[in-house]
Amino acid sequence: MTGLSPDEIGILALSLRVAIVSVLCSLPIAIVVGYGLARLSFPGKTLVDAIVHLPLVLPPVVVGFALLVLLGKRGPIGSLLDEWFGIVFAFRWTGAALASALMGFPLMVRAIRLSIEAIDQRLEVAARTLGGSRLWVFASITLPLALPGIITGTVLSFARGLGEFGATITFVSNIPGETQTLPLAIYTFTQVPGGDAQALRLSIVAVVLSIAALATSEWLTRRSAQSHRDDRR
Amino acid sequence: MIDVDIEQRLGDFHLEVRFSAEAPIVGLFGRSGSGKTSVINAIAGIGRPQRGSIRVNDTALFDAARRVDLPPDKRRIGYVFQDALLFPHMDVESNLLYGQRLRAPADRFIDEARVVDLLGLRALLRRKPLALSGGEKQRVAIGRALLAQPRILLMDEPLAALDIPRKTEILEYIERLRDELDIPIVYVSHSVTEITRLADTVVVLSDGKCLAVGDVDDVMGRLELKPATGRYEAGSVLDTRVTSHDAEDQITTLAFDGGELFVPRLDAPVGERVRARIRARDVSLSIQRPIEISMLNVLRANVTSIQEETGPIVDLRLAAGSATLVARITRRSFRQLGIHNGQELYALVKAVSFDRRSVGYA
Repeated sequence: MTGLSPDEIGILALSLRVAIVSVLCSLPIAIVVGYGLARLSFPGKTLVDAIVHLPLVLPPVVVGFALLVLLGKRGPIGSLLDEWFGIVFAFRWTGAALASALMGFPLMVRAIRLSIEAIDQRLEVAARTLGGSRLWVFASITLPLALPGIITGTVLSFARGLGEFGATITFVSNIPGETQTLPLAIYTFTQVPGGDAQALRLSIVAVVLSIAALATSEWLTRRSAQSHRDDRR
Repeated sequence: MIDVDIEQRLGDFHLEVRFSAEAPIVGLFGRSGSGKTSVINAIAGIGRPQRGSIRVNDTALFDAARRVDLPPDKRRIGYVFQDALLFPHMDVESNLLYGQRLRAPADRFIDEARVVDLLGLRALLRRKPLALSGGEKQRVAIGRALLAQPRILLMDEPLAALDIPRKTEILEYIERLRDELDIPIVYVSHSVTEITRLADTVVVLSDGKCLAVGDVDDVMGRLELKPATGRYEAGSVLDTRVTSHDAEDQITTLAFDGGELFVPRLDAPVGERVRARIRARDVSLSIQRPIEISMLNVLRANVTSIQEETGPIVDLRLAAGSATLVARITRRSFRQLGIHNGQELYALVKAVSFDRRSVGYA
């Protein structure tokens, strides 16, 4: 029905899996970091801020290389993870998800941080005086009010993950069926004589996916803004 | 019963306040920057004093020496903020129930239906805060604070953001709370009108210090507090009782032990206690009882103290029976009439100088 071959569907499914898993795993961390940067003051805050933003300014290849060095099978962290928990990132799709998460993280944190900073802190104070513990106030006031920013951050990071190339290919290579996501597949086809037609087909898929992600985010943001308005007038 | 004895340094500002009050409504009065909000925040647990203690009904909320410092959510305080601060993502009913849901059933003494009726919120329950008027928002905020089942209600300039008709409306609701519920209220305001109408005990703050604590009629008439209570609004408060209504002229007669006051018609039953505020600048003086004059209120009074300043204005404190009046006249009149301490004279007040907000149920 879609006119996609089984191979193409496989590539699409892998890309979606990598992007979705990367977003789901990084979201809770991004919310905590975004909240910390927006509301807390602690020594080394500027440094944390800089580290979070690093993937935005570094060449993706450098990020991928750093991951390879640290989390590769013989890397200092990678070998420990393998030994203790049996977790391996190198040359697996989970590694691709990790690379995507890292590259999308600054975008996600930034959107969440901005939306938390825009919330009137006195609303949280009011909720505390009404008997809400810190955690409950965070869950019932801060999070729902930051929802538009959380949605935006998630979609930006998701789109960034779908398009991730440099860090992924450096860290987990280009293995069909395991780490060959949409951009990697497109790149591969452009390197083969006569692969242009297939590269074009996959590029169209990528364009459609990105537009769908944007439209979804727009719709969700509008719905959450609508919920502050009176439905009956 | 509320007991506050705190010291707090906030940058350059030094707050040192001590008072103890037992009254349905305690007024915290002072100009902006006098430290009113810092005091109320310390009671709520939002700011932390360096020294001292805060007690409500003998429960220590804060005691630096004994290392007691309850977090705001454990203090059982109802805080009504100047700009309502309703949660924009919840409808009115969810806002109202936010605090109640967090209190143990055993601590509950007031339920939603009661609060909704008391504050007239029935028609608003499904609305979102964004669609409410200022007065409606403030009513919801008061309801929300009440349903948190507080030991004490703190109100920080709750009328400041409202226009005059809304102010009057909310004042009436606050009077209903005082009469129908048994919750002490700490009411913060820089408005003499609001304080004299609502408060029983007044704490006057200036520059982080407590200038005076006492009954509202006593404190508001004291001349030496004028710099803190404000020049324009300076005046006195009389505790009176409604004795009759004149249907034809639409005039209500109020009695107090220094005489009778005639004011524009009040909606209060005969016998009701009413507090009337008279601004010093609305009081004229006459050495002899004037005749054929439009002013309805002529009160016999004695001069008890004179405050002369260098400017063109002289303030006098007068005793009419056991009540105190403050009169503001020009230095020229003061000199021409030869007014002196102990002199008996007549204080004249136009009935129309009493507006709706300066006369209220006590």
